[in-house]
Amino acid sequence: MSGHDSKYFSTTKKGEIPELKDELNSQYKDKKRDAVKKVIAAMTVGKDVSSLFTDVVNCMQTENLELKKLVYLYLINYAKSQPDLAILAVNTFVKDSQDPNPLIRALAVRTMGCIRVDKITEYLCDPLQRCLKDDDPYVRKTAAICVAKLYDINAELVEDRGFLDTLKDLISDNNPMVVANAVAALAEIQENSARPIFEITSQTLSKLLTALNECTEWGQVFILDALSRYKAADAREAENIVERVTPRLQHANCAVVLSAVKMILQQMELITSTDVVRNLCKKMAPPLVTLLSAEPEIQYVALRNINLIVQRRPTILAHEIKVFFCKYNDPIYVKMEKLEIMIKLASDRNIDQVLLEFKEYATEVDVDFVRKAVRAIGRCAIKLERAAERCISVLLELIKIKVNYVVQEAIIVIKDIFRRYPNTYESIIATLCESLDTLDEPEAKASMIWIIGEYAERIDNADELLESFLESFPEEPAMVQLQLLTATVKLFLKKPTEGPQQMIQVVLNNATVETDNPDLRDRAYIYWRLLSTDPEAAKDVVLAEKPVISDDSNQLDPSLLDELLANIATLSSVYHKPPEAFVTRVKTTVQRSEDEEYADVGETGYSDSTGRAIDSSGTTTTSSVTAATKQPAPAPTPPAPAAAVPDLLGDLIGLDNAIVPVDEPTTATGPPLPVLLPASTGQGLQISAQLTRRDGQIFYDMSFENNAQIPLDGFMIQFNKNAFGLTAGGPLQVPQLQPGTSARVLLPMVLFQNISPGPPNSLLQVAVKNNQQPVWYFSDKISLLVLFTEDGRMERTNFLETWKSLPDSNEVVKDLPSVVVNSVEATLDRLAASNMFFIAKRRHANQEVLYLSAKIPRGIPVLIELTAVIGIAGVKCAIKTPNAEMAPLFFESVEALLRG
Amino acid sequence: MAGAASALFLLDIKGRVLIWRDFRGDVSAVQAERFFTKLIEKEGDPESHDPVVYDNGVTYMFIQHNNVYLMTASRQNCNAASLLLFLHRLVDYELLDEMMDFGYPQYTEAKILSEFIKTDAYRMEVTQRPPMAVTNAVSWRSEGIRYKKNEVFLDVVESVNILVNSNGQIIRSDVVGALKMRTYLSGMPECKLGLNDRVLLEAQGRTTKGKAIDLDDIKFHHTATNVEIELPVPADATNPNIRTSMGSANYAPENDALVWKIKSFPGGKEYMLRAEFSLPSITAEEAAPERKAPIRVKFEIPYFTVSGIQVRYLKIIEKSGYQALPWVRYITMAGEYELRLI
Repeated sequence: MSGHDSKYFSTTKKGEIPELKDELNSQYKDKKRDAVKKVIAAMTVGKDVSSLFTDVVNCMQTENLELKKLVYLYLINYAKSQPDLAILAVNTFVKDSQDPNPLIRALAVRTMGCIRVDKITEYLCDPLQRCLKDDDPYVRKTAAICVAKLYDINAELVEDRGFLDTLKDLISDNNPMVVANAVAALAEIQENSARPIFEITSQTLSKLLTALNECTEWGQVFILDALSRYKAADAREAENIVERVTPRLQHANCAVVLSAVKMILQQMELITSTDVVRNLCKKMAPPLVTLLSAEPEIQYVALRNINLIVQRRPTILAHEIKVFFCKYNDPIYVKMEKLEIMIKLASDRNIDQVLLEFKEYATEVDVDFVRKAVRAIGRCAIKLERAAERCISVLLELIKIKVNYVVQEAIIVIKDIFRRYPNTYESIIATLCESLDTLDEPEAKASMIWIIGEYAERIDNADELLESFLESFPEEPAMVQLQLLTATVKLFLKKPTEGPQQMIQVVLNNATVETDNPDLRDRAYIYWRLLSTDPEAAKDVVLAEKPVISDDSNQLDPSLLDELLANIATLSSVYHKPPEAFVTRVKTTVQRSEDEEYADVGETGYSDSTGRAIDSSGTTTTSSVTAATKQPAPAPTPPAPAAAVPDLLGDLIGLDNAIVPVDEPTTATGPPLPVLLPASTGQGLQISAQLTRRDGQIFYDMSFENNAQIPLDGFMIQFNKNAFGLTAGGPLQVPQLQPGTSARVLLPMVLFQNISPGPPNSLLQVAVKNNQQPVWYFSDKISLLVLFTEDGRMERTNFLETWKSLPDSNEVVKDLPSVVVNSVEATLDRLAASNMFFIAKRRHANQEVLYLSAKIPRGIPVLIELTAVIGIAGVKCAIKTPNAEMAPLFFESVEALLRG
Repeated sequence: MAGAASALFLLDIKGRVLIWRDFRGDVSAVQAERFFTKLIEKEGDPESHDPVVYDNGVTYMFIQHNNVYLMTASRQNCNAASLLLFLHRLVDYELLDEMMDFGYPQYTEAKILSEFIKTDAYRMEVTQRPPMAVTNAVSWRSEGIRYKKNEVFLDVVESVNILVNSNGQIIRSDVVGALKMRTYLSGMPECKLGLNDRVLLEAQGRTTKGKAIDLDDIKFHHTATNVEIELPVPADATNPNIRTSMGSANYAPENDALVWKIKSFPGGKEYMLRAEFSLPSITAEEAAPERKAPIRVKFEIPYFTVSGIQVRYLKIIEKSGYQALPWVRYITMAGEYELRLI
């Protein structure tokens, strides 16, 4: 159908992609531009136009800014899937980053930062360096954010190239927007780094406070959020800071207001003068109230935050409860939050008005809201003793309306009120009993049964009432069964007559023989034994006085509340959870995925017939890629190449951890660690430890076990000079260890701090002390594996060149006789997990030869060749590296890895 | 604290992703779509759902605008207030890049952003440079603006919110005011605005002498115009028979309400409306309660502010020394004006 026939078919029959391809390669600028637009349009609606990559990239070199923007947009989208082709764009990027037009310079750097392809990242460094010092503030502000992007992709690179210092210099920039973006970037980098990077000193503080007055509303938010981490030295400094931030409370942007409130609240903790604090509280009330005139979604965020604020500083809004009264048109999520705050602000002074509101809400239509309103009345009764009676009378009025779910909810809260004020309000029981048959929710039923049991002696027909529930005992939910059991026992103990006696037999029988629920059965057996051995003791146990319950509306733990207040306006304050409970980090740098590897197989010809069929079908390279990806994985059985030159190596397998969710490494779990200080040597203290690498960072995974008789605390650690200058990157944080307990911690480590002279060896000498014992010394071994960096993957050509460029004297070979390779895949998996990256493999007679690359810090490459016969002991390991002294350490580590 | 959005989505009413912009590559459109369609299926009406939802490591925040949803996704502890507010400001897809970089909001001033637009509809003819204001100290104004006639229009707009209980008692009343300015001023002028003291004192958090005025203390001697009163009636009401002493009243069955409109309502006057409906349906005694909508009132009072705020002066100082004309207008409107029924 192709070739000369095509002229018989109108272009529309040709299919969209080839048509676009033609247009993209058109010599007319207009046609080209329209084509790029069509491609972008197709892309945004989700069509796959990745096969046009080369053609689109060819349009990149243009003076037309609009066209350039669109091509860049395309690149960001598809660079992930075409990393090799993306490299074609690098030259234009670098050129654009020096364009006389600042818009283009900024656009180039911004786009390069968005392309998460390792290879491009390397080329980004020089342009970024330039743009950070650009004359134009627009370029500088874009470059500042780009440093954070780069840090996300390759943190080590950012630190090595000194970008952090340049970024810190931008805090003193004369343009406020540049300052704001530098602050945002630094704050984010700090969040993802274990060591201190962005520390706010009193100098930075004063610079930022000055910039605050001049930058855009969003910039103000970045700065305020960063500054709220600052701890003032004393009350005076705190007052000064507050004075400079207070004008932000008047800002029209709600986010600025909330961030200013956060900062003021933080500083208020230090302010001692009650007058100043009172005055500040007064100043914060109107802006907080104004937040409730914002859009409902923002009101929601504001309300969640106000909920926290009133827990710490109830006076701020003590007189503003009316603001939280629900409007008819408020969305339900706003109403629910308002209700919560109304309960918190309810006081003896305003309770009458609040009750009227709750009563109003309890007659609305939204069931969840109505229930919450009824519950709110109960919570107020529990919180305010003097108002309890008024609350109860409102609840009784609501019960009389006879709306089923209102009645049930009311009964549940009345049970709580009875527990809070025992023997005070039983007169209403009769009213409650009228609704008995309408109860169909387990919690309401259980509550009613509890009330009957608790007050059995004052309810004349308590036995009849309970009996009515007994018939359905086996069908009831567990919650109701447990209450029925207890209530019947109470009834029997209070009125040991014939009726209750029979009832108790039925119940005990049902709850022991007829049930599968162990909780119910256990409770029944305990009652049974108590009743049969000592009924008086049973009375003491079952009818014992209960502890008084209290109001739960200030439920947050003070330390959690502190943390949440420090996070005002953020998600943490919306969820009422600390950030670590929901923050997830995903590494997104793109590396080769398996699909593309199979495509490679097709092209290089080292594959089975499937690959060859595609290759010989005569389609273009790009379409063969697309087609090949759909094929099932062909088992690669490459024939032995003629020569041992690795440029013909086919079959690449990406065994990379492209997406690895990473947890915050504060506490460690995992397999047991090797014991380095046995308890017998350490006077009962046992220390186990091992170096480990997680998310590009070296940690000392340590476990402390206290077998001594006394608690141990004040743990500290020190490392002797060693070959790699490894030492602790922060203090050792071990909690006080009670006798018989243990703790496991991850200590972040840093390199090149205190390097011991002489040839490298693996010795790591450690000293640990605590407040109760002498200093303990022990030694550990540094495995080279933890030093291999995540960026150790090499291009095939690069590998070859490096191999050739190194003198033969740098090649070291060792036989590892006891190692067996049973499966190439599994071995490669294991090596990849330690950042040794597979480059290629070939077969030589019955031997498998694997080529891998790795990198140790400071960018020193290690080129590896492993030769083995599958299933037979003995592996020949050859490495070539500029730093041949490392070889013994390498062999030691690899042997351990392959054997283990 | 630090953190930003991973991606921004525009979804249709069924939760399908129309367009999206990825900032950080850690939340995919497929993932977001799966989450949102699930949310819609489960809740039926996502409007009733919290606008901040956590699902499988990702926080989604969304707003609804006509028939589309605007949504951000993030894996970090980002500033929720800032992002939600940003969504509300968001309008134009092409501008997303300028407005948000790597998930951080940048600019939302519509005027400035319009200079970035490079589509056919709006093409800049001058050489393409970043708009000066983008990195100026003043984010909201470009340099070199000129007008023939220099004028300022200042509107003092106040909206009255009131909530009256079914027993006629006012349970909550407040006034939300805004000063809205439209300027046609050349150059980089400085505007000085003076208001009467009482309001200023309150804004600074200091209390004024005497008690603050409550709305019910105020007698409306001014004439309210375009008054519209919406009276809810049961859904099955038929055969309206309406008489009014002023204005016109119509039954609006689509809203289950009777709408009474009065063009001009002078202060101190009282008007009557009498309406009769037939209610044909018979309902069970235990039927779920009906929606209890309040009576709602809309009105405007021109040349008047409820708070008593007044503009004392509005001075325009520009280095070229031109004379500018300030125009000030006051208006009071009904905000959420609700009267609950029994």
